[in-house]
Amino acid sequence: MAGLATGGLPPRRQGLMRRRARRQRAFRWVVVTVLGVFFLLPLLAMLEFTTRGAGGRLSFDTWRLLFDWGRLRATYPDLSVGITDSAGLVVLTVLLMLVLLVPTVIWVRLRLPRLRRVVEFICLLPLTIPAIVLVVGLAPVYAWVTYFLGGSSLTLTFAYTILVLPYAYRAIDAGLSSIDVRTLAEAARGLGAGWGTVMWRVVLPNIRSAVMSAAFLTVALVLGEFTIASLLNRSNLQVAINLLGKSSAGMSVAVSLAALVLAFVLLMLLSLVGGRRRGIPKENNS
Amino acid sequence: MAAVVTRPAEPASDNRGRLSRVLTRGRSLLGVVPFFAFVAVFLAVPTLEVTIGAFTGDDGQPTLSNVGALMNGYIVDAFISSILLSAVTAVLGAVFGALLAYVLVTAKEGGLLRRVVTAASGVLAQFGGVTLAFAFMATIGLPGFVTLFLRDNFGINIYSGGVWLYEMPGLVLVYTYFQIPLMVIVFLPALDGVRPQWREATESLGGSTWQYWRRVAGPLLAPAFLGSTLLLFANAFSAYATAAALVSQGSPIVPLQIRSALTSEVVLGQQNLGKAMALGMVVVVAVVMWLYALLQRRTAKWLG
Amino acid sequence: MTGSIEMAATARGDQRGVAVRLDGLRRRFGAVQALDGLDLDLAPGELVALLGPSGCGKTTALRVLAGLEETDSGRVLVDGRDITTTPANRRDMGMVFQAYSLFPHLTAQENVEFGLRLRKRAAGERRRRAAEMLELVGIGAHAGRYPHQLSGGQQQRVALARALAIEPQVLLLDEPLSALDAKVRVQLRDEIRRIQVEVGTTTLFVTHDQEEALAVADRVGVMRDGRLEQVGPPADIYLRPATPFVADFVGLSNRLPGRVVTGAVEVLGSRLPLVDPVGAPKDAADVTALVRPEAVDVAADPDGTGRVLAVSFLGPTSRVTVELPDDVLVVAQVASARLAELASGTAVRVELHPVPTALA
Repeated sequence: MAGLATGGLPPRRQGLMRRRARRQRAFRWVVVTVLGVFFLLPLLAMLEFTTRGAGGRLSFDTWRLLFDWGRLRATYPDLSVGITDSAGLVVLTVLLMLVLLVPTVIWVRLRLPRLRRVVEFICLLPLTIPAIVLVVGLAPVYAWVTYFLGGSSLTLTFAYTILVLPYAYRAIDAGLSSIDVRTLAEAARGLGAGWGTVMWRVVLPNIRSAVMSAAFLTVALVLGEFTIASLLNRSNLQVAINLLGKSSAGMSVAVSLAALVLAFVLLMLLSLVGGRRRGIPKENNS
Repeated sequence: MAAVVTRPAEPASDNRGRLSRVLTRGRSLLGVVPFFAFVAVFLAVPTLEVTIGAFTGDDGQPTLSNVGALMNGYIVDAFISSILLSAVTAVLGAVFGALLAYVLVTAKEGGLLRRVVTAASGVLAQFGGVTLAFAFMATIGLPGFVTLFLRDNFGINIYSGGVWLYEMPGLVLVYTYFQIPLMVIVFLPALDGVRPQWREATESLGGSTWQYWRRVAGPLLAPAFLGSTLLLFANAFSAYATAAALVSQGSPIVPLQIRSALTSEVVLGQQNLGKAMALGMVVVVAVVMWLYALLQRRTAKWLG
Repeated sequence: MTGSIEMAATARGDQRGVAVRLDGLRRRFGAVQALDGLDLDLAPGELVALLGPSGCGKTTALRVLAGLEETDSGRVLVDGRDITTTPANRRDMGMVFQAYSLFPHLTAQENVEFGLRLRKRAAGERRRRAAEMLELVGIGAHAGRYPHQLSGGQQQRVALARALAIEPQVLLLDEPLSALDAKVRVQLRDEIRRIQVEVGTTTLFVTHDQEEALAVADRVGVMRDGRLEQVGPPADIYLRPATPFVADFVGLSNRLPGRVVTGAVEVLGSRLPLVDPVGAPKDAADVTALVRPEAVDVAADPDGTGRVLAVSFLGPTSRVTVELPDDVLVVAQVASARLAELASGTAVRVELHPVPTALA
């Protein structure tokens, strides 16, 4: 009766499963720690790099400058132009993506089911066409775009809409698959709704979170795009960061970090939006 | 019998029916015109431009000389480097990403760890390029945090053999940094599809943990793992921004070769060599993505 | 049965039923006491069904026996040996899960061979044994199919064959039918019983479906809040429920106002004996009696106080809902042949059969 004095659970209860759980916990900690260091170190280094003052002292000058729009515009005009352009591109591309993709995808589901595979194929095609390849073919197209619409950086929105097609399509398609579009539409039609009403008042509200995630992904992608803007000689945030890197490394690193954090916050919001949908209670095993 | 009775009435109504059906169909098709028009201009035309341009000489005549020029030593080297870089970072990313994904599925469902890591993975995998290049310059560039820390505290000079950050080893490091998160994103659904019953069934049939991994989980996850690795390969192969921001001398990989072909085309008079290289890239990526799709179909059947 | 005598003989030859004892099992998950001192004995070759609502601890009990869950205290004995701390993969228990437990990358045949492969049996023996098992569960023709090519019922048959192929000491069935269509469910449940009788393996069958439990089991244990309310042959459970919970959970019951009268209860003018006269409240107490529909008789009677409210046709029998004065509703089960005289709105007289009755 050696176990008598220990109180609580006798030793044999420290069973296999608990040992296995402990081993798994240890393994998880190792993986999380090692990869955590690998992934956080560059971010911390960025923070350190941008707060490095003269003589090794802490200095927040760079950050103060970054958040002082007036002064930033005076000091780094290219950067401020890049930020404005990217902001404009975000808005335009989200709008263009929504206007172009959402009605089409819903319409194809409702009225042209045979086209569904075609649309899917087209939307996923940009995955197999690297941006660097696309830009090669886009150059002549953009000669025409410049001819008709001028050389503004905002015209990049056309190319970006192509780039976001796969991600936006998948998000919207997943949303549509999770509801029974046909039955919804038939029910609404049976109650006297026209096709416009069906799409706008019936289907769209039911895939709102899918549309939201398509929009979030678009924002993140546009904020991070460099290849096309750079090679078509347009400006955006990433082009400006790259350009700035040659003259003022501190500021370009600071902007990079700020952009990363912004994108992270966006995707975190997205996961919260998406998470609410998955609120189906799990079946409880007795 | 019933068919015979209705037959005589059919031709007339069929004609009218067909006409109205064609009209309805035509009107339905109108709904997708904007999408197809846009895609034609901004996706089909550029693709054709690349494809046709690859086989067109500077004089506008059809030629195979551009594609033939792909056999030039420096272009072949660039393709080899690109493929090596993509393969190495795909494997590194796949292994570490799979480990991280496994940690996430064994964590509490809907927990903070999973949520934060997935969101962060989304950012690092897709946001990419220039930002990450600068992150690593701030970390292990010449004035980087880690570089200085190691030099000042331990007297270690990580660049004693040359500044490798701006060459291939640097690319491997930074690419791995965005490949691991991508693996997490694409491999997680497959891991989520592994049912606890399979482990329990294995145990009740007398299997050990090792036997479970070797005979059940391993074979089940293999297609998904392989497919994800291929996707990572395609991702690295297509990447441009990181290399563009990091590498300042020479053009070791294909995307950088394309850049120099694009920016110097007028001078060299080799307008369409870039298009031939671009076509070469598309061929590689298309083959890889096709294999990926095959493996994905199997995964969907097993773990869907 | 005659057709399968030969099979039964060979199967029984290498099977032996063993006794199983669950002794004072306790298990707590956070705030939930899933098992609260569970005692259960299974005789060699017996099929016991654990029945209860979701969350009553029946699945936990089965998983503890399988070794997939650990207990806080209590013992598991198989054939007299204490296996409480034996890991699941050394317990020799065949288990059939609710669904999706087949390995999707293996054919039906390979699934059934899996356990034998782990035991390093020769290929020939594996194949023969697997074929035999697939034949036993009636899907020998589909041996080469993958799980996704099989229907839900066929998948569960393969799962059963896989569990039996290793000649387990104990067979554990964890709601094996609840993911199936109603018709397949009844068919497969009868077949599980046939096969279990043939191979003679001691079996624990967990379900929340009372009809299923009563149909397949030698004995049924009704569980609630981690302990057994009653264990006994199906007929006992149904006809002589030991507690109001059992009476309520097993079968459909009318809840009728009554009054205790010396060891019996008076309901709607009839005197019904009590299941548990000792534990009953004192005389003249107002109680609620649980009365089965088949213990209620309805007859058309112009002077009756009841009125037929609704009739639902169930095949050979039908259910008639009768409204009595004071807003009392009674459901009676009658032969469908008598429906003609019991149309909705008919005035009726209600009588109760004097069968042992439980109080709520």
